[in-house]
Order: sequence, then C-alpha cells, then structure tokens
Amino acid sequence: MDLGLSEQQELLKNAAREFLENECPEQHVRDMEEDEKGYSPELWGQMAEQGWQGLLIPEEHGGVGFDFLDMCVLLEEFGRALVPGPFMSSVLGGGVSIMEAGSDAQKSEFLPGIASGDLIFSLALTEPSARFDESGIECEATVSGNDVTLNGTKLFVSDAHVADYLVVAARSSAGVCLSIIATDQDGVNVTPLQTIARDKQCEVVLNNASGQLLGADGAGWDLLKPIIQKYTVAECAYLVGLSQMDFEIAVDYAKERVQFGRPIGSFQAIQHKCADMVTDVDGSRFIMYKAAWSIATDQPDDETTMAVNMAKAWCSEATRRVVAHGQQIHGGIGFTKDYKVQLYFRRQKRAELAFGDADYHRELVAQQLGL
Amino acid sequence: MDWSDTTVQSTFRDDVRDFIMTRLPDRYQGDSGEGEDFSGGWQADRKSEDAKARGAAENWAGALSEKGWVAPAWPKEYGGAGLTVMEQFIFNQEMAESGAPSVGGMGVSMLGPTLIVHGSEEQKAEHLPRILNGEVAWAQGYSEPGAGSDLASLQTRAVRDGDEYVINGQKIWTSGAHFADWLFTLVRTNPDAPKHRGISFLMLDITSPGLTVRPIIDMGWNHPFNETFFEDVKVPVTNCIGEEDRGWYVGMTLLDFERSGISDAISYRRGQKELREFLVSGAGKQFTRQDFSVVRKELADRAVETEVLFNFAFRIVSIQDSGMVPNYEASVNKMYSSELHQRMARTSTKAWGLYGNLWAEDSAYSPMNAAHVRDYVGSVPHTIFSGSSEIQRNVIATRGLGLPRG
Repeated sequence: MDLGLSEQQELLKNAAREFLENECPEQHVRDMEEDEKGYSPELWGQMAEQGWQGLLIPEEHGGVGFDFLDMCVLLEEFGRALVPGPFMSSVLGGGVSIMEAGSDAQKSEFLPGIASGDLIFSLALTEPSARFDESGIECEATVSGNDVTLNGTKLFVSDAHVADYLVVAARSSAGVCLSIIATDQDGVNVTPLQTIARDKQCEVVLNNASGQLLGADGAGWDLLKPIIQKYTVAECAYLVGLSQMDFEIAVDYAKERVQFGRPIGSFQAIQHKCADMVTDVDGSRFIMYKAAWSIATDQPDDETTMAVNMAKAWCSEATRRVVAHGQQIHGGIGFTKDYKVQLYFRRQKRAELAFGDADYHRELVAQQLGL
Repeated sequence: MDWSDTTVQSTFRDDVRDFIMTRLPDRYQGDSGEGEDFSGGWQADRKSEDAKARGAAENWAGALSEKGWVAPAWPKEYGGAGLTVMEQFIFNQEMAESGAPSVGGMGVSMLGPTLIVHGSEEQKAEHLPRILNGEVAWAQGYSEPGAGSDLASLQTRAVRDGDEYVINGQKIWTSGAHFADWLFTLVRTNPDAPKHRGISFLMLDITSPGLTVRPIIDMGWNHPFNETFFEDVKVPVTNCIGEEDRGWYVGMTLLDFERSGISDAISYRRGQKELREFLVSGAGKQFTRQDFSVVRKELADRAVETEVLFNFAFRIVSIQDSGMVPNYEASVNKMYSSELHQRMARTSTKAWGLYGNLWAEDSAYSPMNAAHVRDYVGSVPHTIFSGSSEIQRNVIATRGLGLPRG
C-alpha cells in the first residue's frame, strides 16, 4: 500500500511542470483558442523531443516504454497547463489503438511516427447519435481483405483537421471494425466545430474513404474497450490537473482579494468552499490513480472496468463542483475573458463530457453492482 | 503507487485474519461493530448482567492480550504491540472486516497514549497495566454545556487545596461514562490566564464522592452519553498529567498512531453490499418502492463515494508510512466520512419508501430490522462530535490551505 509517486514519476512530473510553465503559458493557451490549427507545431516538436508523444510506445518502435500510470502523471500536468493541441488524440487515440489492435507491420509503420511527433492521429469514435456504446457505431464499412471503404459521418472527432490519419470505428457485415484512414484523400471531409473549450472537435464526413483494417473485422468493439478505458482515465488525469490549478488560483485569489477590510479568504463562507474544493480535487486524484494503476498493473477485468467507471463518474462531477466554486470565489472578475480562471471552467466541461459524463458512468456502476 | 499489499504486509494480514477467525468469540461473529449505544461492544459486555456477555468480553480481551493486540499502537515496553503504522492499519482493517470489537476503549485510544507521552513513571505504572488487562475502562470529560466546538473556553473549576484539587462544575456528552471506572478530564486551574493556558489534565475515579453521572437519552432513544456533575470532588494532585495549567497541550498531543478512519469505509462498504443484496432478493422486493430507479443512481453514487473514502484512508496511512505527519488530510477524512454516512442513511431509507419510517427491529414489516431508519437518526451527531464539519473545514482552510483566520 503506497499512494505516493515513484522517483521516476516525480522526475517526470517536475520536468513537465517546469517545461510547460515556460513553453505553454496562459498567453499561449489563449492564442491557440483563436488559432486555426489550435496548436503550435514548434511546441509539438519540443514535446516530442521530451519523449512525451512516445511515452507509452515501446522502445523498439521509437518510444520510451513507460507505463500508463506514468502517462497519467504527465497528463495531470497537461491539465494544469491546459496544453492545447492533438496530444491525447494522437497518443491515446492513435498510439494506444495501434498498440492494442495493430499488426506488427502496422506498429512498425505508424508508431515511430507517432512517437517522433511526425504523424498526428485521432480516434473517430462518436457519431451524430453521440453515444458511447456499441450501438452508436453506424458508419458503414465495406471490408475486402485488408482494405476498408467507409461511408458515414463521425462527429466530435478531436483534432481531425490537423490529423494525418484517423482510427475509425465503423460497422461492417461482420460487426464493428476499426480501420486506419489517411485524411488527405477526397473521400474525407473535415469541418471543425465551435466548442465551449475552443478546442478542435470536428465533423468528419466519409464518402467512399479508403483505409486499412486495424484488427480483425467484427472484433472492433472488443478491441476498443481497453482503448476507451485508457482514454477515459486519461481525461480524468487531465481533469485532476485542471481542477488542482483552478483550486490553487482560487485560494491565492481569496488570500489577496480584500473586502470589508480583510481578505475574503478569512470569511468562513469562502474557507468552506476552499475546503470542499481540496476534498474534491484530492478525491479525484486518487480515484483516477486507482483506475490508472488497475490498468497499468493488469488487475482483473471486472475490477478495472469498475475502477474506470467509478473514476469518470466521480471526476466528471467533482471537478465541475471545483470550477464552479472557483468562479464564485472570484466574483465578477472571474466572469471576464481577460481573467484566467474562465479558461479552466470552459475546458472542464469538455473533459466532463468526453467518453461519458457522471450520469453515464454512474449507470454503468449501477449495472456492475447488480442493481 | 500500489494499492496492494507487499509480501510482508500480506503475511501479517494473514496472521491477523487467522487469529480473529480462531479466537473471536461466537457472540461477535458476523457482527458489524459497536452500536450507537455501545451495545454489543466490549465496553457494555464487560459490565453486562448476562454472564455469557461478560465471558465473551473477557475471552476476547484475553486473546488479544496474549498477542499484545489490546493496544497495537503502544510501544512494547508499555505492553503494547509496537506495531508500525502500516501494521496498525492492516490490523484495524481486518478487525473491521470481521466486525470484531476493539478492547480497551478510550483507555487504549486516548488516555494510554497521552500517559505514555506526558505521564510520570508512577502514573504509567498505576494505570497502563489496568487498561491492558481490561480491569479499568475510561471515559473522557472534555465538553461542557458552554464549551463545545470552543472547547478551550471550558469553565469546570479545580482549586488547589494542599495535596488535592477540589472540582466544581459540569461536563456533558461524557460518552460511555455509565460503563466507565475512571474519567480523564480537562479543568480550569487558572481563571486569570489566557484561556488555553489555565487548563489542567486530571484523572479521577468515577466513584469519587460528589461526582454524579446522569444519562442523556439521544433522539434515537439510546443512551450513549451522559452529563457529569462535580460538587466538591477531591482529586489528589498526583492525578494531574503533565504540568498544572498546561493541560490543553497535554490533551491536544498529536498521537502517533494510525488515524485513517479505515474502519468507517469498511463498514459503509459492507452495509451497502448487504442493502443491495437484500434489495434484489425475494425477501427485499416486497419492501422496495415501485419507482426504484430514483434510488438506483444514488446507490451507485454512494458506492463511488465509499471508494473515495477508502482512498482517503489509504492516503493517510501511506503518508504516515513514509515517515510524514498528515496535515489537513485527517480533517478531510473525518468530514467526508461523517457526511457520507448521512448521505448513505438517506439513500438507504429512500429505498424503502413508506417502510423506511418503521422503527421496530423485530417487526415483520421492518426491512432489514429497521437498520436504515435507525442509522438515519444515529448518523446525525457524526458531523458534530469529534470536531464538527464546520470546524474540520476551518482546519482544512486555515491549517491546510493557509487561508487567514477570521
């Protein structure tokens, strides 16, 4: 029993925090909200030099070969700095998908490029039905040997506008299948959507788009399960870092802001909000790490599934409470575009909804409890 | 990061588990710990009129005593087991899992550790062995009618008269005083000093002349605590622990033992599991409300929240295990656990609809022996005693987060 970070994880965390404080300051986050690409290729390259895009990828494929728990330590820092760009899309949506479902040839073909940052991937899972279950996959796939032809619309696909490849979940005669498609073909039409977090989620219309099969035809949903689990916990890790920072900003503000002749942080009405915030942030951190640990150490399937659903159920709602308190503590200034705390509030909602909100995961918990 | 036992930890866990399985008296098998009124616990059983209950209390105390496990946290030189914090955690976990009652009550958890740090050799020699062999049970006399959350404003007065103190005043919420033999208490010895600096820590025999214990019946019709009145009660000055007027600091000593609150998390998890199993069973279905879906997600929420509480407990013990002292974290656990307890009781009673207001344990109409409605009432003081939720939030905000005091 030990809930502390390893020495290696401490190093990773400290290095990431220092790097991101320098290279991804608030102004960069704001600039990327208005930027067409939504990320800086220069920062993307620097992150690859740190080995981050390849953190999970085995050394034989050009990566660093760290485990999933380490990745969550890094993503906590990403949430703290609100790092814009296709990192999770490429690393979780592309890298993890290929590691879980790819052939040796596909791993050799794509993983080194993901690790080096030369290739950007994204996962095209959801559709206009906005469902996260198997029946939400209606995009049509025609499979012939290793070749796949796709027709349909995928929606809420993060960073598709800058991705070189998409991992697409679609339905063939055999069931759900995964495929890898290049985005620079006529049959792929990508339109970014405007979102609360000003991130880049896209509509992807597939019109006889062609690609290669990833994993066996019909096995797609089973293959997706561990991918979705990791991506879900990754979103939790991002939320932990995000809410930790929102909380720290609010506490600092409460110490400085003077009304009625004293810092507002000396009022119990504010103090008790802060106490609830730290409880929610800490609660989020450990339930997220429990799920990440469960995945990284290959605990029994039913325990891991429960841990993941519990983590997203809790983190989605607890971090929402945190950023709401963060706004309230700031009063009017927090509602302005110029002040930083709103950046956290808007991004929390995106991650809260990604891969299912609290209600969605609570329902899955209830089912597993036999209710 | 690791949520599982090391090999050494799992060996120790097996030892504890085997011991409980072979030595726990039948009376305590399948128990869910002590009730709100101390019923079924060691404290009440040792004074019970029922010879079987007295025998069970004695046997269990004897069994624990052989291993030094009456006081697992105390150093070996004082008759404890000298367990590491992690071993105490595992021990407490296994005790809670099996529903085994702890022995020694506040003597083991509070008075003993205070004596070990601040007591004279004579005081230790007189009192520690009698706590360990179950001869003396202790009660705590801290709160007063006018000194609750603001404990340091206490007014019970002790005046020095030669080799004795003469005490006059009143204590309240004296838990278990009706089963106790001795009382440890905070009294004011210097009314002119600043409020924290005129308090002394005294021990006294509960049968001392002038001392009266009167029951307080709580809103669940139980008798967990009492009012204690002092009228010219004489206490030898040798019963003062630490220096006169320094009792506040003696009483507030940060004690170096496991304080994760793991047993709460375990009992909540077990309670919820029993509830869910009963809900879906044939016997349970007749009580279950028709619109059950209103409860379903609440039950899932309580299960998630219980996992959060487990993690908070694990965090405390891993902080302690790495040689550090928890700061605001223990306050988070107390606050979170007590508030979760109340949410749980609310959800559980909700599951039963109208049947949720039946109180009789032995009525065929009462689902699960009315345990949940009783818990709904019984959990009310949990956010109040041992530092209310408001006090805990103050501590978290000021001591933990460094916010300025009001």
